[in-house]
Amino acid sequence: MSDVSFVRTEMLPEQAPPASEVGAIGWIKHNLFSSWFNSILTLVSLYAIYYVLSGILPWIFQSVWNADSLNQCREIMLENWGSTHGHACWAVINDRWLQLLFGFYPSHLYWRPILALILLLVALAPVLYSDRVPTKMLIFSAIYPFLMVWLMWGGTIWGPVSAALGFVVGWGAYTLLSKQLSELIGLIGAAVAAVIWWLVISGYFTGAMDSILPIGIEAVESRQFGGFMLAILLGVVAIGVSLPIGIVLALGRQSDLLIVKYMCVGFIEFIRGVPLITLLFVASLLLNLFLPPGTNFDIILRVMIMMTLFSAAYMAEVIRGGLAALPRGQYEGADSLGLNYWQAQRLIIMPQALKISIPGIVSTFIGIFKDTTLVSIIGLFDVIGLASAIRADTAWNGIYWELFAFIAALFFVVCFSMSRYSMYLERKLQTGHR
Amino acid sequence: MTTLTDPPKEHFRLSMLLYDTRYRSATIQVIALIGFMLLAAWIISNTIQNLEALGKPVEFGFFAEPASYDINQRLLEYTSRDSHLRAAFIGLLNTLVVAVLGCITATVVGVLVGVLRLSNNWLVARIMTVYVEMFRNVPVLLWIVLAMAILIESLPAPRAFRGEDATASMNLFDSVAVTNRGVYIPEFLFSRSLGDIHLFGTSSIRFDISLDLIAVLIVLGGSIFAMRKVSAWAAAKQEATGDRPTIWYINLGILIVPMLILLTILGFHLGYPELKGFNFSGGTHMRNSLIALWLALSLYTAAFIAEIVRAGILAISKGQTEAASALGLRPGRTMRLVILPQALRVIIPPMISNYLNLTKNSSLAIAVGYMDITGTLGGITMNQTGRELECVLLLMLVYLTISLSISAVMNWYNNRVKLVER
Repeated sequence: MSDVSFVRTEMLPEQAPPASEVGAIGWIKHNLFSSWFNSILTLVSLYAIYYVLSGILPWIFQSVWNADSLNQCREIMLENWGSTHGHACWAVINDRWLQLLFGFYPSHLYWRPILALILLLVALAPVLYSDRVPTKMLIFSAIYPFLMVWLMWGGTIWGPVSAALGFVVGWGAYTLLSKQLSELIGLIGAAVAAVIWWLVISGYFTGAMDSILPIGIEAVESRQFGGFMLAILLGVVAIGVSLPIGIVLALGRQSDLLIVKYMCVGFIEFIRGVPLITLLFVASLLLNLFLPPGTNFDIILRVMIMMTLFSAAYMAEVIRGGLAALPRGQYEGADSLGLNYWQAQRLIIMPQALKISIPGIVSTFIGIFKDTTLVSIIGLFDVIGLASAIRADTAWNGIYWELFAFIAALFFVVCFSMSRYSMYLERKLQTGHR
Repeated sequence: MTTLTDPPKEHFRLSMLLYDTRYRSATIQVIALIGFMLLAAWIISNTIQNLEALGKPVEFGFFAEPASYDINQRLLEYTSRDSHLRAAFIGLLNTLVVAVLGCITATVVGVLVGVLRLSNNWLVARIMTVYVEMFRNVPVLLWIVLAMAILIESLPAPRAFRGEDATASMNLFDSVAVTNRGVYIPEFLFSRSLGDIHLFGTSSIRFDISLDLIAVLIVLGGSIFAMRKVSAWAAAKQEATGDRPTIWYINLGILIVPMLILLTILGFHLGYPELKGFNFSGGTHMRNSLIALWLALSLYTAAFIAEIVRAGILAISKGQTEAASALGLRPGRTMRLVILPQALRVIIPPMISNYLNLTKNSSLAIAVGYMDITGTLGGITMNQTGRELECVLLLMLVYLTISLSISAVMNWYNNRVKLVER
């Protein structure tokens, strides 16, 4: 009997993992062919991708960029590839892209909407990237709405200035009255003073200043607005104005004041219960009936009002969700520090509640921006309305896909960047330990 | 804000309305109420003045007048001699049809996509992400118009089905014809029919209910009731003896046999669409407008539902799955008994609001000419009669009622599955 036991005295060198487990092969094995069902799924998806791409890629890239009409496009296609199917006629975009973007806005004034858009980004910078941009820029953000209105519609500068002065008058009344009497009287006084300024004095002020110092640029009528510019204009206004209104409505809905609460609940539930298109019908047909006889104001302004109310109701529900998600201790903590209602909201409740509701707020933004296309149904020429108008032209009669693809791409870029920004913001504001 | 200590008793002064938190809330409410009532009164008086100036007092008599327009997609019989009210009612049914169809399809597609987005197959997960992002970031109106264009432009015309050298053919054993004028599917016919019940006589909301349909539903309900009894018996036996009797074939028999007997008695057969002349006849005709709206709304909403389902499944902690495995449950049962009941609680409330959104978005039917309530009451009726105020307000009322009913039903269901907290 010989002793066959063997004890290795030195460590074996480390071996490389099997080739089928690492690198590209390993990845494919784990992620694409891990079981027979997964393998089938992979093969089916590969075929689907091939099928879609083999149809779309030639359509996009083997295409005609320069032609005057659809028929000419088809002739060129027949000449080059022998068939008119499966090739895009981008010539229509080449021909009409300015119209799709700006509607019937006078072409020598295109710089104004472009400047307004650039300034919008500047005005948004201190809000969106508050850590990298000096806070003093916020002053420009406050001026921007009035500047934008002036740039877009043109006319005398004193109109927007007078509108802005209304806020200054209100603020003045508030500081004066709240120091002398009480905060509540201050708020009411501010509202009354501002409304009196806008309804009564503003007209005289504008007229007087215009005759003394006529500063103005060429006026553009609302019916010349259109295209993607209109979507951005409506979207920006509805988004910008609905956030503060939504916060107020959400606070009202959470409030202990019974009458205020039920007014807010009624408003929110009513707006959320009806489709936007009925509200746009109200804007185009009924709003003039609700105002004093003889009032006739601009259709775009009316649409803006209704879209703002619509998105404010949704915003209120999103923010209410954020308020409800805050632990009760935060409210009690604010009370125990002796903060009054507005101080507590401003310093403790809102910063947290808004942070929680960022995803919801941004998806409401995206929703309202997409919903601006509905104005084509009440006869405004937004991108979809313009696409129909272009198709009605004899030169481009019968063209569909190119226009739809272009419009879809425009919306996709804007909405997708908004949703990515919201993810960035969520990560930035994430203060929890995860 | 409430005061935390009892203030000393003092006499009421007028300034306390402003400075004392006990009275201030009442002051604010009274001011708000007065402001609101003033606003309402202002709007109403303006409206009355304006309507007087236009010579259009508010009245609803026009609803009894003949509508004199046609509705090409309808569930009930309707002619252009019927009243505006009848037209609105047909439109309402059309809205409900597309909403119900859309909700069902959107749920099926949405759940599938949501689960596949979590698949460990990299390729499938990416494809589903692309689908979701593509549909969520493009307006639904564009999808509806696009679906309509695809149906009209890319499908064969009915005449392509004709002759020896037909370029198109019917699908599913010659029962379904997909053409650019719509889809023709077989209709259910009963040769020994029981007839109809005529509800509401000859009024505008008259409604025919097929007795055959009622009979089928009763038998189906009875079968399901019996199946549940059998399952309960099996469960009781399992409790008592530990062995679960095999019951699936009993249940299958209970489901199928009575239904087959009933259908034979009623003489059930399918009415196939046939090509006659330049068009199809027979069968049920679903117009392009309906299909386009249905497809676009369901695919659009499905993208949102997919995200909800994904979030719901991700919200259940991995410990639950592991605990279920530790108990010895198989993966299917883990999903059915452990994961899904918990995920549903997270999923249902946002799902409700998506169903509501789909129903409200169905009002975009007007863009493709589908005659729903917006197309009839808010479209042609309004334009013909010039009664904007009445029509738009009624339209809002109808949608408000639909929305509130859906959310009431769904909230009732939500309360049933909600976690009961101690």
